[in-house]
Amino acid sequence: MRVLKEICRQPTALFGLAVVLIVIAMAIAAPLIAPLNPDEQMFDGLTLEGAPMPPGAPFLLGTDTLGRDLFSRMLFGARTSLIIGLVANGIAVAIGLFVGTTAGYMRGWAGNLLMRFTDLMMAFPALLLAIVLAALLKPSLWIVAMVIALVNWVQVARIVYTETRGLVERDFILAERSLGAGHGRILLLHILPHLIPTAIVWGTLGIATTVLLEATLSFLGIGVQPPDPSWGNIIFESQSYFQAAPWLVFFPGAVILLTALAFNLVGDALRDILDPTQRGRG
Amino acid sequence: MLSVFLKRLIQSALILFGVAAITFVLLYALPADPARMLAGRSATAQTVANIRHELGLDQPLLVQFMHYIGGLVQGDLGRSYAQKTEVITLIAARLPATLTLMAAGILIEVVIGVTLGTLAALNRGKFIDRAVMTTAFVGVSAPQFVVALLLLYVFAATLGWFPMSGYGTLSHVVLPAATLGILGAGWYARMVRSAVVDVLNQDYVRTARAKGLSQRRIILRHVLPNAVLPIIAMIGIDIGQFMGGVVVVEAVYGWPGIGQLAWQAIQQVDIPIIMGVTLTSALAIIIGNLVADFLAPVIDPRIRSN
Repeated sequence: MRVLKEICRQPTALFGLAVVLIVIAMAIAAPLIAPLNPDEQMFDGLTLEGAPMPPGAPFLLGTDTLGRDLFSRMLFGARTSLIIGLVANGIAVAIGLFVGTTAGYMRGWAGNLLMRFTDLMMAFPALLLAIVLAALLKPSLWIVAMVIALVNWVQVARIVYTETRGLVERDFILAERSLGAGHGRILLLHILPHLIPTAIVWGTLGIATTVLLEATLSFLGIGVQPPDPSWGNIIFESQSYFQAAPWLVFFPGAVILLTALAFNLVGDALRDILDPTQRGRG
Repeated sequence: MLSVFLKRLIQSALILFGVAAITFVLLYALPADPARMLAGRSATAQTVANIRHELGLDQPLLVQFMHYIGGLVQGDLGRSYAQKTEVITLIAARLPATLTLMAAGILIEVVIGVTLGTLAALNRGKFIDRAVMTTAFVGVSAPQFVVALLLLYVFAATLGWFPMSGYGTLSHVVLPAATLGILGAGWYARMVRSAVVDVLNQDYVRTARAKGLSQRRIILRHVLPNAVLPIIAMIGIDIGQFMGGVVVVEAVYGWPGIGQLAWQAIQQVDIPIIMGVTLTSALAIIIGNLVADFLAPVIDPRIRSN
């Protein structure tokens, strides 16, 4: 409740939250809102020369190169982006939390090994790795989500590690231990709750990264495969046409930007609100 | 100092070895089969098996890996499957194009980022600050390929100021470098702003102001030099980011750098090239961080003492 109140006080965060909610609502209600079937090549969907129709009635945002309604495709594309955003990022945050807390709590050689592995992953060119993996595996929605999760957990792990290290030194953990609490109990009941704000912040910021990464992979033709619509592959499919039909690139492009921006704004606001030490800085 | 340097060097070598190992296992464990790719669609099983033998792909993974590492320590990255050329030659031929693009991109980033970040910090809480920070946020949220296509549409296709694609003259560099620079500038602006805000609150800045120094002199002589460290660290990280992001930008602009080399190799499952480019990128990330770490004490006497 306090968080919501704080967000409402910042116009940019409120804007972000509004966009996030609108995108989620549109994704959920896509079949109800979509004026036309996103996969159907409309009878009057192309001009006489066979070019895509520009925006205007009866196609709100025009049609794509195959004569399908762009607006309907973009609505269903929102589903793809959000599913990947939530699944991929959920997995990434979960891995990050697991690796970070384990390494931070155990210390010793096992913790060291985990952190060295994380350092190693930091030296990986993330986008290149994602492109290689996505291209060589048979691309599908779930593969794309896995690939993104695989390259995105590292940052979360680093931050969680640092925080866990700090928590372990605190008196209340020492007290717990002297009372005879087991490692599992300390980790789950006393350390994890303190990491929830971090998880929420990175869970939100990470969705922006994920949406961009999915769009990039789909734009290269190695992400979500047509005919399933995704904002990235709409641009991929119409790229060669973009001088004649720029709206096919710019509408989905604008939506990708707006969605990523919205999640970034909300995530940034959450960081300020949930982490008092950051307040007034940055 | 020297022993620290040596330790870091060994660490870097280990990281590079780790990257090589992981990439190797990933690439060879994946279902994509380079031999089938090379043989073409209509090849018989016998042809595919022959090619596989020729490339040494029929040997156990560990043998192949030892072979690869053995070459790697001698600076040999192996031969491309499709082009039959030394990978190191291919990369060396493409590297200048990518480095040019990277240098131009980073220059644009730093200039825009430092200017806007400083401007925002000096006007903290005012309209300019909010405008700059919002713009920076839009920059970091924008998909690279969309910006690349947008710039192409406006400045090449519509206005005709710059060529659509290609390589060679200065006007070819502008759009791809601007794509990389404009987007990265957002990160720099955010970071420079918070660094400058920190410095502005320091006592010596108040002293300088009390001495009656001009605002210009305070900023250039007293504030910015102290904000330079995070910028250097940022550039170090950035070099690594660029090596990955360059695939997309080079694909859109037809820029003949290692990003395109990698992209073609990925489509042909040309594993030696993919390995080579990944290792080059990892090396760039490591060197970027190393240089940033060792420049820090050179620039900042406070770090030098410990």
